[in-house]
Order: sequence, then structure tokens, then C-alpha cells
Amino acid sequence: MLLNPISTDDVTLIARFIPLMLLCLTVGCAATLPGGISEAPIPSDSPQTASDQDLAEMEAIFWERQREAMTRYTDAEVDFMTGMIGHHAQALIMSELAPTNGASSSIKTLSARIINAQMDEIATMQRWLENRGEPVPEVHIDGLDLMIHIPGQEHTMGQGHEHSMMPGMLTRAQLEELAVATGSEFDRLYLTYMIQHHEGAIVMVDKMFSTDGAGNDEQAFRLATDINVDQKTEIARMRKMLDAMAEDK
Amino acid sequence: MNGFSCRPGGSCLVANMLWAVFFVAVLLTGCSSGSMMDAGDAMPAADAAPAMDAMDAGMASASAEAPADPRIGLGAGLFDAEEAIWNLSMLSTTPPAEDFLGVTNSDLAFQGDYVFQGNYNGVMIWDVSDPSMPELVKDYLCPASQSDVSVYGNLMFVSGEGTSGRLDCGTQGVDEAISADRLRGIRIFDISDIQNPEYIHNVQTCRGSHTHSVLKDPDVDDKVWIYVSGSAGVRPDAELSGCSSMAPDEDPNSALFRIEVIEVPLDAPETAAIVSSPRIFEDLVAPPTHGMSPADQRAIDEAKAAGAFVVELFGQERVLPDQFVAQFMAGFMQSRGGGDATAADSAAFREALPGMIAARFGMSDDEDEGPGRGPTQCHDITLYPEMDLAGGACEGYGLLLDISDPANPFRMDAVADSNFSYWHSATFNNDATKVLFTDEWGGGGQPKCREDDPVEWGANAHFTIEDGEMVFHSYYKLPAPQTSVENCVAHNGSLIPIPDRDVWVQSWYQGGISVIDWTDINNPTEIGFHDRGPVNADQQGNGGSWSVYWYNGLIVSSEISRGLDIFELTPSDYLTANEIAAANTVQLDYLNAQGQPMYRWPHSFALAHAYLDQMERAGSMAPERTARMRMGLERAEGMSGAEQTTMLTNMANRLDGADDRKVQLFVETLRGLSS
Repeated sequence: MLLNPISTDDVTLIARFIPLMLLCLTVGCAATLPGGISEAPIPSDSPQTASDQDLAEMEAIFWERQREAMTRYTDAEVDFMTGMIGHHAQALIMSELAPTNGASSSIKTLSARIINAQMDEIATMQRWLENRGEPVPEVHIDGLDLMIHIPGQEHTMGQGHEHSMMPGMLTRAQLEELAVATGSEFDRLYLTYMIQHHEGAIVMVDKMFSTDGAGNDEQAFRLATDINVDQKTEIARMRKMLDAMAEDK
Repeated sequence: MNGFSCRPGGSCLVANMLWAVFFVAVLLTGCSSGSMMDAGDAMPAADAAPAMDAMDAGMASASAEAPADPRIGLGAGLFDAEEAIWNLSMLSTTPPAEDFLGVTNSDLAFQGDYVFQGNYNGVMIWDVSDPSMPELVKDYLCPASQSDVSVYGNLMFVSGEGTSGRLDCGTQGVDEAISADRLRGIRIFDISDIQNPEYIHNVQTCRGSHTHSVLKDPDVDDKVWIYVSGSAGVRPDAELSGCSSMAPDEDPNSALFRIEVIEVPLDAPETAAIVSSPRIFEDLVAPPTHGMSPADQRAIDEAKAAGAFVVELFGQERVLPDQFVAQFMAGFMQSRGGGDATAADSAAFREALPGMIAARFGMSDDEDEGPGRGPTQCHDITLYPEMDLAGGACEGYGLLLDISDPANPFRMDAVADSNFSYWHSATFNNDATKVLFTDEWGGGGQPKCREDDPVEWGANAHFTIEDGEMVFHSYYKLPAPQTSVENCVAHNGSLIPIPDRDVWVQSWYQGGISVIDWTDINNPTEIGFHDRGPVNADQQGNGGSWSVYWYNGLIVSSEISRGLDIFELTPSDYLTANEIAAANTVQLDYLNAQGQPMYRWPHSFALAHAYLDQMERAGSMAPERTARMRMGLERAEGMSGAEQTTMLTNMANRLDGADDRKVQLFVETLRGLSS
């Protein structure tokens, strides 16, 4: 299934420095085993306690349940997913600046992890919408410009439009300020604005959960809860980093 | 000078990554060194198979050319996925009960012959007295995520966190944002009649219960305590009176920055209630990084000894690669008027280098994050009551807690780690001299084991415990890269009681399960695995092993979509039949993995043989000597009564006074067998 991912060019753009940072890591990821291993992949002949016929029926039930589980959602969850895709996309734009703007190593690590995490979550949210037959926002990033195209909607949302109205979103002026900052000034601004940005995401999670009927969809509950806890943890970490910078001065 | 060579075990990768950052920084700050290719050439070469070298204590002769990992490229399927298995044997795989099909299977608990398997729809109870054919005893429908389950005596405890859990166990969910029907907290069941669990009580909590841990104090028999960790949002006061999400300085009753402790009187469990809400995070000041691993430090020391240029960069010492030395040297010579460098120039250069590096990068050491607010909650707490210790995995921190007063735990130490995203759970080794923490980066729903995902992210971190403080040693991450349609990250596991070794088995979601030896804490090594292909080839589905625990010789895994998998260890170069047999002499009455039991090995011939096997593997004793001891042991095994006692006592007497610890353990076992 095709998932309307971020367009390939954008992925390349966003990810272009990740290979640089992680180049050597692939060496460590070389897929090799301790000596003595002889097993090849084996077809499934594991000691299954159910009969083939039962398994076939169970598999049918399994996928039916999975489909059924995708019918218990509300508009609040659709709005959350749709909005959060654009929200996350701005975090990618911010984080992408780190390597070129002379960020410190700890900011580079942080921003690389934010890119990795939020790209995966964007894919998850797109998949969530796709699987429920809802319009899937496509993300287009060009430098500081973010365009969100939602099929079926005539206009495209961009910076300065609807998306900048979401909680925590940076204004164009804030983004431009960040884009020209370098070194420790970039670090300070990045932390300040990412805290603002993350806090906005938490407001969006709270808004979703305070809506009647939202949270019955297990995947939506889980994703929103994960975003909530991950970003709160990251906010605490970033506050400490910011405090430390202030003390150094 | 060729930089430093990597130590096995992967810790060099930390240095590698930092170097990569360094190279990028150099490129971006205008160094006109060569291309990235050059940087790559100068990169310390990681061992192709770190795991192999880690075994170089004579454990196994590794083949020179390791074949590709069979876990790569496994075909997808729900009940018919391709599988790869190594040093394990699968005894059975059993699909979930019908009401639970297609709904997430979660954590496990054990009692007698029963396995309690949580599911977002309730709890399944399996009789595994015949592990090749588990029998469903009860499928108790009572939806709540995540249905983290524990047992003690006649009681079963189940966590409810999701907003759709109902007090009446209904399956319709809860539609209102504020509702009197909602259950978020701990459900308590009486399981005296295992086929008919009775829902007797619940304790509602402000953040619900993501996980919980049952604390049985060895000195207290009339009650147990439950530590509740809740990572979801705080409920509105209108739903559960007294719940506040304000900061503690604004509202002293804030549900944030604390855990909940429930006391359960065993003769009146229906009166169980919260007795304390310890604020174990207060004034938390911990460093965000744990510094260099010993292997990294060794590499630096060796490079220094070899005359390499070592500079301090980003708060850590690093070896400067050749081409950067050349660059800085060229600049330095230019400033001294050019020409060929003399010995005096070299010495002056060495002196000036730190300043040049600092000037080039304009660095302030911002890795030392100052004090600030701590986490608001823990994800999971592993209690080790016999040691009065607990390991708390709490958002951005790993905590070491003293639990000698069960209702009032206090924090002994805290660590943070810039590579750790979200501290998930802890496991101690048996004598609590070590603890490992897992990082559930991405929350378990994301594919974090792809080839390009850093090996320090979403991994395990290993610490020694020294005078109540945790000291970092190494990381471990599943060595087989997984696809982007497989959710994969470090998850739950438990110790396997291999005598005198630290071996554990761990879930990696769709990465499968991994058996890991972390006896050598600097070189954790995989010694067994099982993995399936993805649940769904087309898009990321939810599946894989949620939890895998050792219980009385069985390795039981809760497969999120496929059901209950049961394995046993098979002998290999890394684990002998005797070691496995000795492990299986440890028999538990029950197991809640987050209430870690202390393993005690009864004196057995298997145990004595296991120690001999370990001496042979380590090569710590002349082979003739171990062979002689083996022969004596086998002869004694064939004897009985007074004859056997005399034989064993004589053997022990002959070995008395040995200073080798393993020999001492062997002697102790002989004496135990003879008495």
C-alpha cells in the first residue's frame, strides 16, 4: 500500500545529514553473527498447537478485528492526526538547521533524534488516516517553507496560514530568526523554540483527550500518549540544557 | 598513527558517532579537508562481528567468516511468517482465545503451572503443565490497556490506563471525556477458583496504571504493596476527586512528580487503597551523560601511549585523526613562518592544539546540564525486595531506590544519558551488583531497529552498582537490523538463572527475542534468538514479543498478535547442557518479573558439572585437572549413601583453600551434595 509519505525529495533533503552523522554506525550494524551459527531462515514449521483450518479462521477474525478497530474514531482524532502531521513537519524544518548552523554536539544529537522520531510518527499518522479512509496530508518542505496538501481540499496550507495557528507553532519571523542564528545562539533559540513547539503538541494531546469519544481508538490513544510522554520528557531535558547554558554565561 | 582500533562490544561506536559529528562540524566550519570519503577512511574500523571477539575468553572458536544473520529477510505472515531460531527450541506457539484475537497481548505473570497473559481485552490464564500444549483455563473479558498483570497468593492485579476501560468490564468503551463509568488504575481479582476469577475491588488513580509492580516484603506476610506507574494524562478532578495536574508548587496534591503506593491487606484485599505518593524525583540533579565507557577510555589511553594527538572535544577526550592533525599542523606552521616542522615545533604544536581546537569550534561545555525539574512519573519500577532495592525507569532518568520501608521508598542515585530517549524498565543481576535499563525509544510502536538507527538509541544500558551509585559500562542493541514495517525497540525481559553468570532473555517486539550474556558488562553478547518475519509485509502492523520471561525452565513470550510462545534453551558453545540443567533446578512458586526474585541454586550434580564446564570454557585451570574433577564427580554420581558422601568430601578436601572463586563454588556444591 502506498502511503502518501513525505515526498521523496523532501525525505532526501531532511535526511541528508543523517547519513553523515551516522555514517560510521552502519559499520557497527553489520549483520553478522557469533561463530557456529548454521541456521538459515526456516519456513514456519514451528509447533503450532492450532490446526491449519482453525488458524485460517482465526486469521480471518484477526484481520476483521483490525479493520473493526479502525471504525471507533471521532473527528477529534482525525483533527489531531491531521494537525499533528503539520506540527511535526515544522519540527523537522527546525531540526534540519542544526548541522548547518553550528549547533553543539548535544543539540545535534537531540535534533537528529527529533527528526528520526517525528518522521516515523508522521508516517504512523499518515497510515492511521489512510487506513480509515480519511484524507492524508502530504508534507512538502522547501527550506523554511512548509506546505501541507490535503487531498480534496482546494487550498494548500502553508506557513502563515492555518498551521501557524496551531499551538506552539513558530511564526515565520521566529523561524527566520532561528535560521540565521549560529553556534550557541542557535542552540539557545533552538531549545527555546522547540520547548514552545513541544508544549503546543501537549496542548493538542490534551485537547483531543478532553473531547467526548476520543481515545477509544487504541492506536490513537497510544500514539497521543506516546507523543505526550516523549515530548514532556524532552521538554524537561531541553529545560535543563537551557538552564546549563544560562549558568555558563 | 592510525587512530585507535575499536574494542569489541560496540562501545567504540559511541566514539565513532561523536567523531562523525566532529567531522561534520569540521566540514561545516570551513575546514578544507578532503571529502567525506577521507573522513570515512580515517574512521576507526569497527569489528565486523563484535559479538565474536567478545567471546575470546576461550568460550568458542568463532568462524572467520560469519554468515549473514538469518533474521534478515524473513517472510511476512500472521501465523505463517518465516522464522529464524538459534540456541533455543520452540516447544509451542498457541493463538489467543477468540475474544482476544486481533487485540494486543501484553505482559505476563506466573503462578504454579499457570501463565497469566494480559491483553487489551482482559486476561487469559493458561495451564502450561504440558508446555507443548498450553491449555486455556480462563479467558476473562474485561477491556483495559495495557492489562499489565501480576499475581500474589489468591490475588491477581491488572492495570488499566486507557480511557476506554470500564468499571463494569464492558466492551463498549467510554464515550464521555468525564465519566463515572471509567476505570483507570488497578483492578483486583480473587483467583482462589482459577476458572472463575472474581472481580473484587479496584483502586482508581489519577494517571491510571500503565504498569505496576507488586512488592512482597520478605519480612511481612500479611500485606503486599503495589507501586503504580502511570504515564498517561491526569484525569480531571470532576472524574476522580483530588486529581490535579498543576505543578506541585501551585498545588501540593499534584498528581505529577510522584508515584502511587497501594497497600493490599491480604486478608481484606477489598480494602486496598493508596497509602503514599512518594515524590522520589524531588531535587533530582543528575548528569545527562555518563562519560566514556571503559573500552573507550582504554582506546584513548592506548592512543596516548602511542603518541597520538588527543584533544578534548565536546567534554570528552578524543583521538585526532591524521588528516586533521595535518591540517592543524599546516596552519600552525604557517603561523610560525612555514617550513618543515622541527621537534620543537611538534612539541609547541602539541601544547597549542587544545586552544586551536577550542578556537575553531568555539565550544562551551554544554553537556553538563544543570539542575532542573525532574521527571513527573516512572514508566516502570523493578523491585528487588530481598536486596531492598528498586530500579526506577522514569522518563529521562534511571533511578536506584531504597525500598526497605515499602511505603516510603527513597532515591539513592539517578543517572541520565543523552542517548536515552525514554527510560523504560530495569533488571538487576542476581547479586544486585549490576543493573541494566532499557530505552523504549518511540514508545514501542515505531521501527527503531533499522540498519541506520544508532545502536545506542532504543538500546539497553548496563551499569555496575558501586556504593549505591550506578556506573555506566556499555550498551546493547539487537544486532540484527529489522525492516521499517517491524516495530522494534528494547523491551521487557528477565534473568535466566545460569549459575554464576548474568544471562537474560529480552523482548524486542517484532525484532523477536534475544538471549544475552552480560557477565562481562563491557561486552554484552547475544547467545540465542528467535525472530519472525513481519506481521504484515505491506505496512507496519502491531506485533512481536511484548514480554519474555524465564520461568522454571521455560522461556515464555507474549506475542502481541500471535499469542503465547514457549521455548527452552538448547546447549551451545555459549551454554552447556549442565548449565541449562542447573538453571532448571531453580523452581519458583510464582513470578512477577517486576518484583524480581532472588535465584538460589539447590546443590545438585548438574550445578557441580556446570561449574566445571565454566572452568573449562574459561581455561582457568589445566584441562587434566578439570578432567580429573569431572571423573571424580561422575564416579560420585554413580554412588550412594556413605560411599558417595565420603567420595564427595574427599574431593572437596583436596580442593580446599583454592583461591579461584569458581573452584570455591564447586567445593561448596560438593559439600552441599555430601551433607
